[in-house]
Amino acid sequence: MSIVDLSVPISEDDIRALHVGDTVRLSGVMVTGRDAAHKYMIETFIHASSVPESERPLYEELRRLLKGGAIYHCGPVVRQDEEGRWHFVAAGPTTSIREEVYEPEVIAHFGLRGVIGKGGMGAGTLRACQEHGAVYFHAIGGAASLIADAVKEVVTVYKKDEFGVPEAFWVIRVEGFPIVVTMDSHGQSIHDEVEAASAAALRRLVGLA
Amino acid sequence: MSDLVEHLIELIRRASTDLPADVKAALRVAQASEESGSAAAGALESILENVTLARANSTPVCQDTGTPIFYIFHPQGMGTRHLRAQIEAAVAEAMRCAYLRPNAVDPLTGRNSGNNLGVGFPSFYFREWEEDLLRVDLLLKGGGSENVSAQYKLPHSGLKAGRDLEGVRKAVLDAVYQAQGKGCAPGILGIAIGSDRSSGYVHAKEQLFRPLGDVNPVEDLAALEKRLLDECNQLGIGPMGFGGKTTVLGVKMGAYHRHPACYFVSIAYMCWACRRAGLEVRDGEVVFK
Repeated sequence: MSIVDLSVPISEDDIRALHVGDTVRLSGVMVTGRDAAHKYMIETFIHASSVPESERPLYEELRRLLKGGAIYHCGPVVRQDEEGRWHFVAAGPTTSIREEVYEPEVIAHFGLRGVIGKGGMGAGTLRACQEHGAVYFHAIGGAASLIADAVKEVVTVYKKDEFGVPEAFWVIRVEGFPIVVTMDSHGQSIHDEVEAASAAALRRLVGLA
Repeated sequence: MSDLVEHLIELIRRASTDLPADVKAALRVAQASEESGSAAAGALESILENVTLARANSTPVCQDTGTPIFYIFHPQGMGTRHLRAQIEAAVAEAMRCAYLRPNAVDPLTGRNSGNNLGVGFPSFYFREWEEDLLRVDLLLKGGGSENVSAQYKLPHSGLKAGRDLEGVRKAVLDAVYQAQGKGCAPGILGIAIGSDRSSGYVHAKEQLFRPLGDVNPVEDLAALEKRLLDECNQLGIGPMGFGGKTTVLGVKMGAYHRHPACYFVSIAYMCWACRRAGLEVRDGEVVFK
C-alpha cells in the first residue's frame, strides 16, 4: 500500500500501477454524475443511434472531460455567491452500486480511468476496469466538508435545472482529492474480499455453518 | 404559538453541521481500536477530521442531508398545523443557507422540487404527551442508509429464524451483512420488534434518538442489544466496508405488540453521521437539547 499523487488526464500505465489499498491524492478537472446522469448518458449517447442535435455540445464536452478522466458519484450541497459563482459546501460520495447497470458501458465509451464513489461496485464494473484500464476509487462516505475542501473551483454545471442540484453534471477542479483504490485493474476488489469473509462470519454466528 | 421559525432553522443547522457528543465519542473509541495504518483507521480519522471541520465552518457533516424526520411531542390542546407550517418554512430557509440539500424528488416526473418540500416531505410524527412543553426532535436520515434498512417477517426459513428473540438476532445480523459498507458503516441500528409494517419503521427510527450509552430498561432487550453490538462487529465489515473491527456503533431496540399472525423485525440502519438534535419550548423559552 502506498500514497500516490495523480493528475487528470491519467495514463493507462499509471492506472495499471495501482493496487487495492493504495491511497491516491487526485488533482485536476473531473465531473460529478449519479443516477439521472448515468441513465441520460446511456440513453442519449451510448445506446442512441445518433445523438440529438440539441445534446451534441454536451456530448462533445463530456467526451473531452472524461477521456482519461474520472467521474464522481456525488450530489453536492452548493452555494452561489453574489457574482453568480458556484461553490461546493459539502461533497461526499453517494452509493455507487446503483450505477452498476450503466458503469461498464460508460467506462468503455468515454475511456474513463477512474470511477469515484462509495460502497464499491459489481462484477461488470470490475471486468470493465480490467479490460479498459480503470479503477474504482473509494471516497470516505459522509466526509463531506473535508472533501469539499479539496474542491478548489466549480468550473461549470450542466443539466442543473433538468436533473436538479444533486443530480447535475458539476465540472470541478480538485487538488489532493483523498481516495482509496478498492477495485483495481487486475481484478482485485476489497469489497468482494470483505463480503466473502463477512458471509463466513454470518454463517457461524447464525448457526448455518 | 410564538414564531419559532428562527429557532427551527437553528435546530436544523445544529443537526446538519455537528454530531451528538455520544456519537463523536463512539467514533473516537472506534478509531483508537482499529489497527494503526489500516484503511479502517484512515477512514475513521477522515470522518473525525470532517466532523471537526463541519462544526467549525457550520457546513453539513454530510452532503446527503437526508430526509428531515420530525418527531414532535406537544402538550394537550395544542394544534399542530401552524407548527407544521413553521417547520416547513424553516426547512426551506435552511436549504437556502446551505445547511440542507434540496432532496425532495417527484417520483412521477423525476423533478426535484428545489426547495426541499414536497408531498409528504419532510416527514412528521405528532404525539400529544402529558408534559406542559413542546419538544421537537429531528433526525436527518441519509438515502444510502435508508436503502439498506430492512424489514424481516419471521419465521424466515433461509436464516432458520423463528418467532423469538433468537430469530430477531439472526435477522439483525443478516441485515448488517446485507448492508456491507453501503449504508456508511459504522452504523447505528434502531430496531422495532413486532408492530405492523408501517409503524414498525416509525418505532425503529425513534430508537435512534436514544443516547448510545443508555441501557434498555427491559432486561432481555438490554442483553440482546449488547450481544448484537458484539456480534455485528464480529462480521468484520468495518468502516466504509474496508474491513475492520467496527461495523456498528450501537444497537437500540424496542418491543411493540403485534398481530397474532405477524412478527416483523424492522431495522432502521443509520449511518455513522447520526444527525439528531432536539429543542424544547416551555413558557415561550427555547432550549436546545
